[in-house]
Amino acid sequence: MDKESFIVEVENLVRKFDGFTAVDNITFQVRKGEVFGFLGPNGAGKTTTIKMLCGLLSPTSGRGRVGDYDISTQSEKIKENIGYMSQKFSLYEELTVEENIDFYSGIYRVKKVLKKERKEWVLKMADLEDKRGRKTGELALGWKQRLALGCALLHNPPILFLDEPTSGVDPVSRRNFWDMIYSFSDKGTTVFVTTHYLDEAEYCHRLGLIFKGKLVQIGTPEELKGKSVSGSIWELECDKPIEALDFLQKDKRIMEVSLFGINIHLLLPSGEEVTPFSHLLKEKGIEVIRLHKVIPSLEDAFVSLIRKES
Amino acid sequence: MWERIKHIFLKESIQIRRDRRMLMIIFVAPLLQLVLLGYAATMDINRIPTAVLDFSKTQESRELISLFRNSGRFTINHIPESQKELVELLDQGKIWVGIEIENDFVKEMKKGKTVPIQILIDGTNSNTAGVVSGYINQLLFSYNKKISQDKLQKKLAQGLLSGQVQPVKILNLENQARAWYNPELKSRDYNLPGVLALILMITTMMLTSMAIVREKEIGTIEQLMVTPIKTTELILGKVIPFALIGFIDVVLVTSVAVLWFKIPFRGSFFLLFLSVGVYLLTTIGIGLFFSTLSRTQQQSMMLTFFFVMPAIILSGFMFPIANMPRLIQYLSFANPLRYFLVIVRGIFLKGSSFRVLWDQILPLGIIGVIVLILSTARFKKKIG
Repeated sequence: MDKESFIVEVENLVRKFDGFTAVDNITFQVRKGEVFGFLGPNGAGKTTTIKMLCGLLSPTSGRGRVGDYDISTQSEKIKENIGYMSQKFSLYEELTVEENIDFYSGIYRVKKVLKKERKEWVLKMADLEDKRGRKTGELALGWKQRLALGCALLHNPPILFLDEPTSGVDPVSRRNFWDMIYSFSDKGTTVFVTTHYLDEAEYCHRLGLIFKGKLVQIGTPEELKGKSVSGSIWELECDKPIEALDFLQKDKRIMEVSLFGINIHLLLPSGEEVTPFSHLLKEKGIEVIRLHKVIPSLEDAFVSLIRKES
Repeated sequence: MWERIKHIFLKESIQIRRDRRMLMIIFVAPLLQLVLLGYAATMDINRIPTAVLDFSKTQESRELISLFRNSGRFTINHIPESQKELVELLDQGKIWVGIEIENDFVKEMKKGKTVPIQILIDGTNSNTAGVVSGYINQLLFSYNKKISQDKLQKKLAQGLLSGQVQPVKILNLENQARAWYNPELKSRDYNLPGVLALILMITTMMLTSMAIVREKEIGTIEQLMVTPIKTTELILGKVIPFALIGFIDVVLVTSVAVLWFKIPFRGSFFLLFLSVGVYLLTTIGIGLFFSTLSRTQQQSMMLTFFFVMPAIILSGFMFPIANMPRLIQYLSFANPLRYFLVIVRGIFLKGSSFRVLWDQILPLGIIGVIVLILSTARFKKKIG
């Protein structure tokens, strides 16, 4: 991959707040046109990172580039080339849908001849054509978020930053929202999105896992699942799960034992056979009903990566 | 540049129009303050509740009492029987002034002696007590003058008749002080233009700081900060509507002051608007500065109040600056209200021209430019 095709590049980026390190020395690249996800629990440093990329926060140290511009010195240039949408709805609730659109197309200095066309495009995309005269505050959250997305795209930016765009939005609206994100990506827009929903993370082309300010892993969702789990995961169904859990946890050969509903997940190092454990359980008087290999989910990957980290 | 300013301006105007509370702050509150202060902000004291204890009960004593009654300042609403009763009335706050005229009032006077009459004034409020005692001195002075002139004339007439005295010219010095600009010394005429200055300061300062902090509170400012808008465009767009509101308030308050309260307006409207424009640079600049210091609207409101209270006290609105300790006088040079008070009072009452007021307008402008530069520098398109 040549350097040209990276549209966002970050190197050793650090941001501290009064001694607390919110973003701790992260390095990554985003390719042109991809949907790049930043996955991590609340407080992991996702929002801080996105704010540094958008020029809202100055980095404490490290370098970064968005498009052709440096995040420390050319943040105003960056602002002309990005769209940004925060997790908190931040359009004007007292204004109507149309007034909000007009306002932002004025702020972004959309050309006069294009204004009407862009407005209609936003209204259509956000499915708000019949609600254009409604006060924005009266809309349901899903619609508000789509309008916010539309306003962030009025000036046709090559890069779109979305900070937890779907938090608090119902599942159907979330699905619609992701369909929209895909359609932008198909047209060549790069989308940088943060989320703490694991199912959403699966939609991203590539993912960065961030935890306690550190970037733990980067890769496609498939790569992450493969990388993180360096053994095999087995699902065990038995008649006395609690006793079985107790017993298995004492076994040093097993890397991890955890309860999944009424089942138990075992993580074995590669090369380790599972049948001996089945026998051991039988000797203990625990009946094994089912024991089979499972494909790790992103959640498994995430949990195990974080465990390794801490 | 103007395109973005225009859009911020339009957005701000829509928000103001749709916000009932905002409309109240802009239009109703100033009028209410004006009417309240117009009626209440007066140092003139009338209808002073007075009791008279007259032991003399002579024509002379009644003459003295009627002098009080006819002055229009005193309302004699109690006639106690004893000194004890008089004191009691004073204790209860039913009267502010008690006058006691002794039994031998006329007898002593006829002997040509100085006759004391006892006057008790409720001194709880030292200001009003001072004013009241001034009124009483005036009354007694003119009463004395009348008596001695009567006496003199009688004596002269007798002397001339008996041939003992040659007619002489009596040299009479009379104090004919005349108060220019406010001939009746109405304190309302003096105070109401000052009220205009106060209303302008409070309204524009508070609206400016609150409007910006409100966007911080609901998070809309963050969305604006990731757009390529420039700080100056954002500030101008946000501030111009409030400057306009300031001018609307000037027209509103001036109309009511002139048409309803009959305050004279002798100067030029153009000069008034010009100096209001300069004054608004300072009030809006300070409001802007407060908005960079606060995270919530409450904080910005508190800052406004913490500023406005001392600003009023150190402005000459109530207490003359010349009476203040030197250090505090220097401090008051930084107070925009100090200059604007001189300007509005001058324009309203004296009809002062720019030639006279430029040395007030200039420092006001300097303060305005300094605070605007300071607060624009502090106003960053960054968070944290």
